[in-house]
Amino acid sequence: MTEQIIFYILAIVIAVFSILAVTSKQVVRSATYLLFVLLGTAGIYMLLNYYFLFAVQVSVYAGGIMVLFIMAIFLTHKPGIDVNPQDSWKVKSSAVLSLAGLVLCGYIILNNVTRVYRFVKGDELQMQDIGTAMMGTDKYQYLLPFEVISVLLLACIVGAILIARKDNGNDENINKLD
Amino acid sequence: MLLYSQPLELTKLVHSLDAFFRSSLSPFWATLVEGILIGIAILAAYALIALALIYIERKIAAFFQSRLGPNRLGKYGVIQSIADMIKILIKEIIHVNKIDKLLYYLAPFFVIVASVLSFGAIPFGQSLQAVDFNIGVFYVLAVSSIGVIGILLAGWSSNNKYSMIGAMRSGAQFISYELSAGFSLMTIVVLSGTMQFSELIEGQRYCWNLFNGHIPAFIAFVIFLISGHAETNRGPFDLPEAESELTAGYHTEYSGLRFGFFYLAEYLNMFIIAAIATTVFLGGWMPIQIKGWDAFNQVMWYIPSWIWFFGKAFVLMFLSLWVRWSFPRLRIDLLLNLEWKYLLPINLVNILVMVIIVLSGLTLADIFPAVFGK
Repeated sequence: MTEQIIFYILAIVIAVFSILAVTSKQVVRSATYLLFVLLGTAGIYMLLNYYFLFAVQVSVYAGGIMVLFIMAIFLTHKPGIDVNPQDSWKVKSSAVLSLAGLVLCGYIILNNVTRVYRFVKGDELQMQDIGTAMMGTDKYQYLLPFEVISVLLLACIVGAILIARKDNGNDENINKLD
Repeated sequence: MLLYSQPLELTKLVHSLDAFFRSSLSPFWATLVEGILIGIAILAAYALIALALIYIERKIAAFFQSRLGPNRLGKYGVIQSIADMIKILIKEIIHVNKIDKLLYYLAPFFVIVASVLSFGAIPFGQSLQAVDFNIGVFYVLAVSSIGVIGILLAGWSSNNKYSMIGAMRSGAQFISYELSAGFSLMTIVVLSGTMQFSELIEGQRYCWNLFNGHIPAFIAFVIFLISGHAETNRGPFDLPEAESELTAGYHTEYSGLRFGFFYLAEYLNMFIIAAIATTVFLGGWMPIQIKGWDAFNQVMWYIPSWIWFFGKAFVLMFLSLWVRWSFPRLRIDLLLNLEWKYLLPINLVNILVMVIIVLSGLTLADIFPAVFGK
């Protein structure tokens, strides 16, 4: 019963704040509402006794990506000003698109929800299991090389900054500050 | 047997309370009542530790500056911070025009909630831990990262240039130094093979992690203290609220209790960093134990575990205050250089060194199992 009450509270929080996140006219407020959605999702992971994913959700999404979102919004032109409503056909087409996405995701989840039970042991997932899955070399393991590939993304970003950088003799001044 | 030999330990009280609730209430209500009691205890401890810290900080700051510090209210001014608390509770909250009202009122709560969440997972002593997650260290790192959002929102919603600059500085600083704090804790996770606070403490019974992992553990300890200090926006790293340039940084527009929230969270974050460093590097609440010296160990257990914990944490907080009142404020580029060009590369190499030391059996517990082994 307790779990159900908490689940409904979290579900209402997630639903209400996701609607607010897309209907709010101020970008910073939208980002804050999105943060509540992410924290609510983290709460659901915790309800499932999946503490590792809870901590990942909080530290990566709430603590990392949202901070980057908010800082990026600060860098935009006049973030405090209300956004004008879009053309009506844009609103309609995006509504249709999101409905289609909902149907597709719902279909996939409904079809696969029974299969998940085969992999879920029911008890708390130990950190040691995750560690062996990352570093082990058996079947369903060897995750680390897969994760290391994501460093490629970092290389792309660094490369993009290097190419986009203005090179007009200011480099000496920058170096002097070091 | 152990229970009789530790008269001041709170284990017995906690267990008898738990047994009382379990026997007299249904499981649902027992959990609820215990949850509420633990919540009240944590909030009370939060407020009391903050009051004590404010007094200690003012006295130590006075000591470093050859002043007297608070000395009028009570003997040596001990009730000064209680008077300050009452003052801040009854202060007027000034309402500011042309702010983003919702975010302005929301921001302090992010900061204080992040601080309370990480405070709740700290093991204060034997049986004095609210939750013992199997990801303890990671949990604390994760929830403490929410606080910076509160700072960013506070700076932006205040609609004030000083606040905004303070918030941007704080964001950059926090994101940078969080990396180092996380990596240095991970170094010790590699050494001890667990993230759970109770297992971390149990593993340090005969040899603290700081000594067990000798060179890399010591480097990680120093890096954690530096980056933890930077994360709390204090000492030489207090650019976000540099009073000479930014009036008060991100909380310029806040008054009364809302300012009090930022103030409280800052003090408690200092304590939380010291507490985590104590638990992860210095054996937590475990008294000093030497293998084979049974009589000595028994005597050490007579000192309650929470005194050991607060004693070790206080030494680290004294270090932090010493640094705060000894060094001048860093410039923003120097601050970011220190993190990205020095601490982070050192940290990454340090983790590798620690992995090699653990794998090749060069920890102190492996070399001298008779003295330091588990």
